[in-house]
Amino acid sequence: MDLKETLLSSYLAFDAQDGPQRKLQDERAAAIEVFEQQGFPTIKQEDWKYTSLRTLTKTHFSVFPKEDVNLKLEEVKQYILQDVDTYKIVFVDGVYNAYLSETTHDGVDVCLLSAALTKRKFAPVIKKYFNQIADKEASLTALNTAFTKEGAYIYVPEGKVVEKPVQIIHFATDKNPNMILQPRNLIVLEKNAEIQIVERHQSLTAEATFSNVVTEIFTEQNAQLDYYKIQNDNVEATLIDSTYISQQKHSHAKVHTFSFGGKLTRNNLNFYHKAPEINSTMKGITLIEGKQFVDHHTLVHHAQPNSESHQDYKGIYAENATGVFNGKIIVEKEAQKTNAFQQNNNILMDDKASINTKPQLEIFADDVKCSHGCTIGQLDEDALFYLQSRGIPKKEARGLLTYAFANNVLQSVQIDSVKKRINKLIANKLGVNIGFDV
Amino acid sequence: MLSIDNLHAGCEGKTILQGINLDVKAGEVHAIMGPNGSGKSTLSTVIAGHEEYNVSQGSILFNGDDISELSADERAHLGIFLSFQYPVEIPGVSVTNFIKTAINQNRKAKGLDDMPANEMLKKIREKAALLEIDSRFLSRSLNEGFSGGEKKRNEIFQMAMLEPKLAILDETDSGLDIDALRIVANGVNKLKGKDNAIVVITHYQRLLDYIVPDFVHVLHEGRIVKSGTKDLALELEEKGYDWIKQGA
Repeated sequence: MDLKETLLSSYLAFDAQDGPQRKLQDERAAAIEVFEQQGFPTIKQEDWKYTSLRTLTKTHFSVFPKEDVNLKLEEVKQYILQDVDTYKIVFVDGVYNAYLSETTHDGVDVCLLSAALTKRKFAPVIKKYFNQIADKEASLTALNTAFTKEGAYIYVPEGKVVEKPVQIIHFATDKNPNMILQPRNLIVLEKNAEIQIVERHQSLTAEATFSNVVTEIFTEQNAQLDYYKIQNDNVEATLIDSTYISQQKHSHAKVHTFSFGGKLTRNNLNFYHKAPEINSTMKGITLIEGKQFVDHHTLVHHAQPNSESHQDYKGIYAENATGVFNGKIIVEKEAQKTNAFQQNNNILMDDKASINTKPQLEIFADDVKCSHGCTIGQLDEDALFYLQSRGIPKKEARGLLTYAFANNVLQSVQIDSVKKRINKLIANKLGVNIGFDV
Repeated sequence: MLSIDNLHAGCEGKTILQGINLDVKAGEVHAIMGPNGSGKSTLSTVIAGHEEYNVSQGSILFNGDDISELSADERAHLGIFLSFQYPVEIPGVSVTNFIKTAINQNRKAKGLDDMPANEMLKKIREKAALLEIDSRFLSRSLNEGFSGGEKKRNEIFQMAMLEPKLAILDETDSGLDIDALRIVANGVNKLKGKDNAIVVITHYQRLLDYIVPDFVHVLHEGRIVKSGTKDLALELEEKGYDWIKQGA
């Protein structure tokens, strides 16, 4: 049985189960139909041209965990930001782990989607927002919808600034090998609300894992979102992340994606403008080696006037690593005075590393500023010589130049603890220990 | 200190240096002059150890040891410093962080721990003051958007921080106005001592008014065709290089 068939037959069992999924029967039934028709994307589709899921679909994965797992804090401490006070929503093999979590209902709801689905007081929010911005025709998003049961639920009421960042962390363990995890996150920021979120998926098993994540985010008028995705998983982990952000007037949504590891990582990051005068920022650093694969597909849909979007992605690919960057910007006819900026710079450290980069601009308005640029190069030999001539050995010199190359993306990171963590991960990846306190 | 014997070297299959002989002892200042394309910058680059340059014949000894197989950073650890004619711009690395990294990597090579932060700061302040560099400059990205004069001053600042045994100054005077020239020369003269040597590469005599050489050599077509005292520099200033070219 290939993965599609496994999933379709598992759906029947999942659908028959009593649980929070009962509340979403209609959405789920429609979604499984979309997935059944479309199946997994193939490289024949333009959006998946460079990203083959063939191996994934031939791998056995199961939907249901066999046993409950208790993790000790000591075992996973290194994956959780510790030097900053945060709310935490932690899942182990897809199941909420209360012991590692710290949720709240005190003026803001930071809790579980399963709870939000079943409690009456959340029903209006679910009705208004759930599955409203996610692409219903995208097969993997539909697959996630069909199996929606659990995830993070965050609701920030009007004017509320959430003082502590929220960490959303998923662990996969060897107690439930070969799991497909399909968390579904719903995040709503009402007018003038602000939040910082850090998301991470971490496999603790040497077996294959597959996470098919969908996150819907709504930023109402003047809301501020600051979101960080830390992707540093092991070489058997596949992550497909589809994030949909719906923005209202004067809202600013920022997403930083740090992709440092995994077998295959695909980020679908979509911003939809529902009003004028909106700001969207997406930045990323990709630093991979071995046979790892990272694909960034971004979309900014400018639909109304006077909005801005800013994209800056840096990629460093070593050994046989492969990257994809596809940045799509749509500027509708009404979206005059749009200012859209896109930059993708890449360094290939070795002959066999590769990157496919493609800006995709569809502009229907005539009074807009859209700039895009992509570069692919190697480290500058003259710069290396300059550093070495000051006594900095080649390895460290390469490290320093690579770090410098990616540095401007780090400068906009607002949580010190995240910045420190990323600095450390980069230093470890480059195998150098030099003062990265630029 | 530096002993170059019959050095033939070049890059991309082209031999640019055609048998250089040069002997620099501790405490000495040597000036190397010569027309464009005579091989002056190649000589400094080869001594500093650029990987793309190959030595095909001859030897370079530093304190008696052959250094021609050493990498540029290993040469730096021995105390060789090159002030670049065209310092490379490195966005994203501040002047301070760069020099800290360089100092600590040099210490590491000698088996020493990192320099304590307060000591480092004190040294940076002291050397910056010597070169009349203000603190805002130190937090800028290395050489990015620097004027010609700022770049050269930054090179000599690095030299002052690293305190090399042998400093090679490749056209450090180019792009400098007269005030900057005085500041830079002052910085170089502070390094001068009985244990250090300086090789000044220049087109013009004017830097040599400030950094007075013990010996002047004229390079032409990859060879030293004439050597003398500082009077030779004055003679070149007056007569140009043509008479040298003809003589050679």
